[in-house]
Amino acid sequence: MIPAAFAYYRPTDMAGVISLLQEHGDDARVMAGGHSLIPMMKLRMADVPHLIDLQAVGGLSGIAIGSGGIRIGAMVTQSEIIADDALSTAAPILREAALQIADPQVRNMGTVGGNVANGDPGNDMPGLMQCLDATFSLIGPDGVRDVPARDFYEAAYMTARGDEEVLTAVTIPLPAGGYAYEKQKRKIGDYATAAAAVQIVKDGDICTAASIAMTNLSDTPIFSEAAGAALIGTSVDDAALQAATDAMQGDIDPSEDNRGPVAFKKHVAGVILRRAIARAWSRA
Amino acid sequence: MKDEVTREERIDNLKGMGCSRKRVEDARFTQGKGNYVDDIKLDGMLFGDFVRTPYAHARIVSINTEEAMKVPGVLAVLTAADLEPLGLHWMPTLAGDKQMVLADGKVLFQGQEVAFVVAEDRYAAADGIELVEVEYEELPVIVDPFEALQSDVVLREDLVGDGGTLPDGAHGPRKHHNHIFTWEAGDKDPTAEVIAEADVVAEESMYYHRTHPCPLETCGCVASMDKVNGKLTLWGTFQAPHAIRTVVSLISGIEEHNIRVISPDIGGGFGNKVGAYPGYVCSVVASIVTGKPVKWIEDRMDNLMTTAFARDYHMTGKIAATKEGKITALQCHVTADHGGFDACADPTKFPAGFMNICTGSYDIPTAYLEVDGVYTNKAPGGVSYRCSFRVTEAVYFIERMIEVLAIELNMDAAELRRINFIKKEQFPYKAALGWEYDSGDYHTAWDKALKAVDYDGLRAEQAQRVADFKAGKTRSLMGIGLSFFTEIVGAGPVKNCDILGLGMFDSCEIRIHPTGSAIARLGTISQGQGHATTFAQILASEIGLPADSITIEEGDTDTAPYGLGTYGSRSTPVAGAATAMAGRKIRAKAQMIAAYLLEVHDNDVEFDVDRFVVKGAPEQFKTMKEIAFAAYNQAIPGIEPGLEAVSYYDPPNMTYPFGAYVCVMDIDVDTGVPDIRRFYALDDCGTRINPMIIEGQVHGGLTEALAVSLGQEIAYDDMGNVKTGTLMDFFLPTAWEVPNYETDHTVTPSPHHPIGAKGVGESPHVGGVPCFSNAVQDAFRPFGNRHTNMPHDHWRIWKTAHDLGLHD
Ligand SMILES: Cc1cc2nc3c(=O)[nH]c(=O)nc-3n(C[C@H](O)[C@H](O)[C@H](O)COP(=O)(O)OP(=O)(O)OC[C@H]3O[C@@H](n4cnc5c(N)ncnc54)[C@H](O)[C@@H]3O)c2cc1C
Repeated sequence: MIPAAFAYYRPTDMAGVISLLQEHGDDARVMAGGHSLIPMMKLRMADVPHLIDLQAVGGLSGIAIGSGGIRIGAMVTQSEIIADDALSTAAPILREAALQIADPQVRNMGTVGGNVANGDPGNDMPGLMQCLDATFSLIGPDGVRDVPARDFYEAAYMTARGDEEVLTAVTIPLPAGGYAYEKQKRKIGDYATAAAAVQIVKDGDICTAASIAMTNLSDTPIFSEAAGAALIGTSVDDAALQAATDAMQGDIDPSEDNRGPVAFKKHVAGVILRRAIARAWSRA
Repeated sequence: MKDEVTREERIDNLKGMGCSRKRVEDARFTQGKGNYVDDIKLDGMLFGDFVRTPYAHARIVSINTEEAMKVPGVLAVLTAADLEPLGLHWMPTLAGDKQMVLADGKVLFQGQEVAFVVAEDRYAAADGIELVEVEYEELPVIVDPFEALQSDVVLREDLVGDGGTLPDGAHGPRKHHNHIFTWEAGDKDPTAEVIAEADVVAEESMYYHRTHPCPLETCGCVASMDKVNGKLTLWGTFQAPHAIRTVVSLISGIEEHNIRVISPDIGGGFGNKVGAYPGYVCSVVASIVTGKPVKWIEDRMDNLMTTAFARDYHMTGKIAATKEGKITALQCHVTADHGGFDACADPTKFPAGFMNICTGSYDIPTAYLEVDGVYTNKAPGGVSYRCSFRVTEAVYFIERMIEVLAIELNMDAAELRRINFIKKEQFPYKAALGWEYDSGDYHTAWDKALKAVDYDGLRAEQAQRVADFKAGKTRSLMGIGLSFFTEIVGAGPVKNCDILGLGMFDSCEIRIHPTGSAIARLGTISQGQGHATTFAQILASEIGLPADSITIEEGDTDTAPYGLGTYGSRSTPVAGAATAMAGRKIRAKAQMIAAYLLEVHDNDVEFDVDRFVVKGAPEQFKTMKEIAFAAYNQAIPGIEPGLEAVSYYDPPNMTYPFGAYVCVMDIDVDTGVPDIRRFYALDDCGTRINPMIIEGQVHGGLTEALAVSLGQEIAYDDMGNVKTGTLMDFFLPTAWEVPNYETDHTVTPSPHHPIGAKGVGESPHVGGVPCFSNAVQDAFRPFGNRHTNMPHDHWRIWKTAHDLGLHD
């Protein structure tokens, strides 16, 4: 488990990063926390002759909470998410989800930007960001652009990000209502067998808004608009839960792996979603 | 010496047997000052690593090393063709088979060693490996032993004679070209007759899946051939350093006195580090060829995919009983998947280990066991994994059969066990399959365990839970896992236990220093068991010097006496006995010296804690410290100077630790997630040397048992690809997954062991696996479950619930 030889760069500004990306094209990759990329390089599943470390690049850190929303710098670590009290008040689902990622050692290194840019269907934050309707800011040779999280993922490890672009920040509209991040995994440090992110708004006894996204149940995260819609206007009773679950199960497309066969995953996805909705509803 | 301390204080000062002395090893390990194989760095040391086949069964068409040799730092690439002139392209296995060191014309399992790249550092070696071009011609892959026994595909052409004849294997005639051996114990026809006429017969097939010991430290070695003096030094992760020395001598032709094998600190073994691996041979050859030290260290994937696995037993059983539940007969057939080579590490006469302990803790008058070993396209191995030679398989088998019989009889499984236990007064007990159990008191242990957990209360709670579930009030079921196990450890009596002809005695050599401290060396080697702590305690009690003044040394064949190493919980039963016996020789000489110093007859002094006293006049005494000084520095007529002893101990019998375990588990029917609410473990390992270390061993073994029963496996797909080759998929529990264990004990000393100790390292694994498994199965018993196979990971538990209609 030794990576192939690579050149290591540690630029101090974004211009330096972009020019390296332009110079080496496909042969270059940026590295954030390295906790997805390095294992792939060690297994020689990723060949990265030019590795560009983002740790010394300015402008990628910090969490800012304003009236318009929350801005999280790409290099903010999962531990920082957990430790930020203001963030936990403004968007508690972020902390609940981050606590279910890997273990403290990994979370000390792993970043929000790396987690959402990686494109691994097992990562928890892409689904979470789709649930929250986040926007990803990208910078490249042609300037800056924003891509909604819900449009970002194309296939496993394939995203809307161009090879010469860098993700700089994630912007999230201030979430409202109840929330839950529910994840079933085999052990600490494991990716999800099934996970659900739910954000739900209650008016009296009636659900007025609901957003649902699922993790590791397709080759991309699944934002299930239909599942959310099935709850809106209902009192989130059994029938509504069933309708939401059915809708979600129609959207996902899990494949068999060591966690289990397709039928199991679909079933568990339904159970996990029901529990997530129930918890979110109880908090709404 | 002024005698102001009380006798109690003198006993405490020794920190002898029965004391929870803190582990002397820990100061080193907790400060990162351990010295493992990979910590060894020698001048000019090279690094070797393997090109491994991605295919499970293929012919090697060609190997081209040209590009690899161009990598800066790569010095050599060895293939079978290079080893052949030395006769080292194959090597003997501990099971009487032979194994390719480097692929000789074909490969038999994914990850098999094809070429050995030797480079200046491990990075260059890794780059060299990428550039060795191997052309393979794929062959049909067989991963199922039942298919193997039917298939025309010949896995081992080297074991087929001219015209397709099948020469006998190491363990007798073979039935098919993919068959290795048949091994039998007990009485075939009488067993069949009792079963045919029995009131009740329960039948079940079960698969004990393939798994892996996965020690924290992987396997590795450093070989250093000194061409000037002709001496080979080999450091390695060896659980049996002397056996390795002998094997290396036999296969290399280097005289044994010119080989020094050293096991430094070892980061866990659990059976994985007993056998000999191609890496050892290649490192030795590479060192001889280059004249430089060569290091080889596996990475995690190498370790999981290619070094000795455990289990992989397909077991079918019949158990017969009277209507009242008295067991009358047991029959067991095993199809054992050994992979591409038979590289088990069992005593020669026991190709299926001690599987014939499968009558368990029960008085079963008639029994028959038959085991067929089979070759497949999987990695070789078949080691014990914290279990003495297939005892885990045996105990799992009988503890599942008991549960199935309880279902058949509609009886409580605890009660069924109780009425069938071997009774205290029946020991020594001759079991139907050949073993003589030395001692036991099963009823006492069982009653204590059931009382401790309030068994009746648990059953009542479980019944309520079932009612609630049926009424739709809960989606959680409760399982009560029971297990009562009898271990067989301490291999073993030389008359029936040897490995490759090496008798399984063990040894201890003691030197007392003039100032009253000592060093003792043993033929065993600790891999985390705390030998330096416990063996000093045995000696402290035997010779009356404080444990803190006794150094224990193991693992260097130039200094330690010959021994067969540490596995199968044999260290305390065998080397521990040797230690006590050597201590007694010291004491015998000390007695003569004391008598001389006290000017009385030898028989007029007696040993008392840390001294010899004149009988009837305890104020007249000589401490062991004083005696030690006199032994070296005073001319004593008729007595040689010095105070040393050595003992080689050939145990008269195995020892038979036992225990009673109970697990309480809640199971989420909808997700298949189990939650271990309680785990109670009562162990009887005879005399308890260090209760704290025993408890630590129990915690570790139970955690392994939890892993194996709830998810840990080496799984293959149909193409022979390992699906669980990294720790992402191979389940190693963390503190998070592990429950709080409650430990307890009874003490039934071994009657034939000098200090009555029996060994405990493996008991929790052996007894734990069926306990966890039975808990899962018991939760579903009220809904018609009889048996489901391990590992009980989420999806398999879910499937059990699903198949029983619990999701409808
Ligand atoms: C044992 C273990 C368990 C884990 N369990 C989980 C889990 O349960 N859930 C989970 O979600 N994750 C898990 N992870 C992954 C972990 O959260 C990673 O840290 C995360 O996926 C990637 O973040 P990183 O900062 O380490 O990114 P890197 O590994 O540095 O990068 C990942 C990828 O993203 C790209 N990238 C990184 N930053 C940027 C950027 N700013 N712009 C453009 N591209 C970028 C890199 O080029 C690379 O392709 C686990 C990891 C380990 C080692």
